[in-house]
Amino acid sequence: MVEFYNQLHPVVQGVLKGLAVIMVIFPLGGVCSMAERKVSAWIQGRPGPNRAIVPWAAWIPVLGPFLQRLGLFHVMADGGKMLFKEDPLPGHVNKFYFVLAPIVAMIPALTTVTAVPFGAYLDEAGRVIPLGLANVDIGLLAVFAVSSLGVYSLILAGWASNSKYPFLGGVRASAQLISYELSMTLSVIPVFMWINAPGRESTMGLGRVVEFQSGAWEGFTSASWGGLWFVFVMPVSAFIFITALFAETNRQPFDMPESEADLVGGFHTEYGAFKWGLFFVAEYAHMIVGSGVFTLLFFGGWNPLPWIPLAKLVAWLGVSSPILVGILSITIFLAKVLFLIFFFMWVRWTVPRFRYDQVMEIGWKKLLPLAIANLLFYAFEIGALQTAQPWWVHAAIGVATLLALVFVVMRPEQKLAA
Amino acid sequence: MGPFLFLFFAIFTVVCAIGVVVNKNAVNAAMSLLLSLVGVAGLFVGLEAYLLAFLLLLVYAGAIVALFLFIVMLLDMKGDDRPRLAAVPMLARIVAVALVAAGVVSFIARGHLPSPPVQVEPAIGSDLKVYAYQLFTTYLLPVQILGFLLLIAMLGVIVLSKRFEGMDDIK
Repeated sequence: MVEFYNQLHPVVQGVLKGLAVIMVIFPLGGVCSMAERKVSAWIQGRPGPNRAIVPWAAWIPVLGPFLQRLGLFHVMADGGKMLFKEDPLPGHVNKFYFVLAPIVAMIPALTTVTAVPFGAYLDEAGRVIPLGLANVDIGLLAVFAVSSLGVYSLILAGWASNSKYPFLGGVRASAQLISYELSMTLSVIPVFMWINAPGRESTMGLGRVVEFQSGAWEGFTSASWGGLWFVFVMPVSAFIFITALFAETNRQPFDMPESEADLVGGFHTEYGAFKWGLFFVAEYAHMIVGSGVFTLLFFGGWNPLPWIPLAKLVAWLGVSSPILVGILSITIFLAKVLFLIFFFMWVRWTVPRFRYDQVMEIGWKKLLPLAIANLLFYAFEIGALQTAQPWWVHAAIGVATLLALVFVVMRPEQKLAA
Repeated sequence: MGPFLFLFFAIFTVVCAIGVVVNKNAVNAAMSLLLSLVGVAGLFVGLEAYLLAFLLLLVYAGAIVALFLFIVMLLDMKGDDRPRLAAVPMLARIVAVALVAAGVVSFIARGHLPSPPVQVEPAIGSDLKVYAYQLFTTYLLPVQILGFLLLIAMLGVIVLSKRFEGMDDIK
């Protein structure tokens, strides 16, 4: 099997790998829609979808009803409905962009996966080699660059629909996504400042971040304190990143572009059938990739626990086959990603939606100054750690950052004379 | 990069750039600009300046053109009938075209590139560290000046867009 794969042309190998990853993410996006309904039901204390069943499954005595109550068959029912129902194309729309928008939604969502490593295996020398479609050194920049193109699907859908509510949704989408991209980018800079030591090869690779969190990469300061995750080293960065991620993926409480309460369906009001389904799956694909990036940056990637890197776990278990190690690491990674997706849903059904002006205010007046203060704090802190300053220097940096934050962020709103 | 890919991206970029100018619909023009930028990013990749390519996508394609579209949608531009050009802009246009044409002709006729050096230097925009080092050493002054210009532009926007109706507002 492995020999047969290795003798294939590299292009064929690449296509096979890409297809394999898409075959995971696309259905996972569909299953997430089911999970969302179940999680919402669970949080609201009702059974949720539990009726649909195919006949042959009903014949299985215990398992059949169990799966029925789990609502598993609703995924198929939903997918089938979206595939086979009439695909409306309203007469008043700009047809080219109307059809283009769902496609533009899917392409960046699935393309970003190429730069996200999702597992690792050990080679003969015991080194951890990341598994991914492309191990690009530009790493995170590639993810940000491609995923930022996703905003066009929302803008185009809103504009091409040529009616009031989608239009408002599109305008909101373009403003919101650009606003939160700033904080998101600023929040990850400390991570890369931390791992890029002077006199070494620089990197923006996500695999390297995980390597650092495994304690196997000598960074700026004293290695990584034996494999501490970045969520503990820089909690504020992690908080800003996940908040911006909510806004970037249009999840509640930031789903301004489609807020049903005031915009009917927002940018996809005029869409139906599978075009609408593509928007839906693209949103989940964005969430999966975003959660993956968050896991790699702050949750230690494929390392099972802080201070217990993958290599140690493998040594304990006594697994040596690279394939088994790969499956183990992908399982750990996917478990973290799925937990984050559950977290997304948890927040969605717990926190009420913000108003549009609140979204803008949080983005520009709260999150952005916080991200800048966070960046400056870590810049000074890394400098102090590197030159081994005494404790009071660290304390002074912390106090100065806090003071600056209090003056900028916490300052009460000044009433502007109308 | 082979000559085929270069030709593909070069022609793609130029055709899309013409589309920006020719299109009457503002949204079509913005989308052409987006595609043109993607073409330029492809050319950068061909020069092994991956960092520049992705920065171009991130900043211009991801944010700037989205802002253009935001403005186009906000103002609901139709862009159907353009006013007939007065004499002076028309003259300026003709002079500009003539200058560009003269430049291209003289470049083709007289210009020659030095033969490629034996050892090809890595592009500055390929590696993050090399790029940052250049920014903070060789190109420090231009970066500072650009930053200052941007600051002035930002202040100008605030002054122009905010309505000051008395000394109380200026605080």
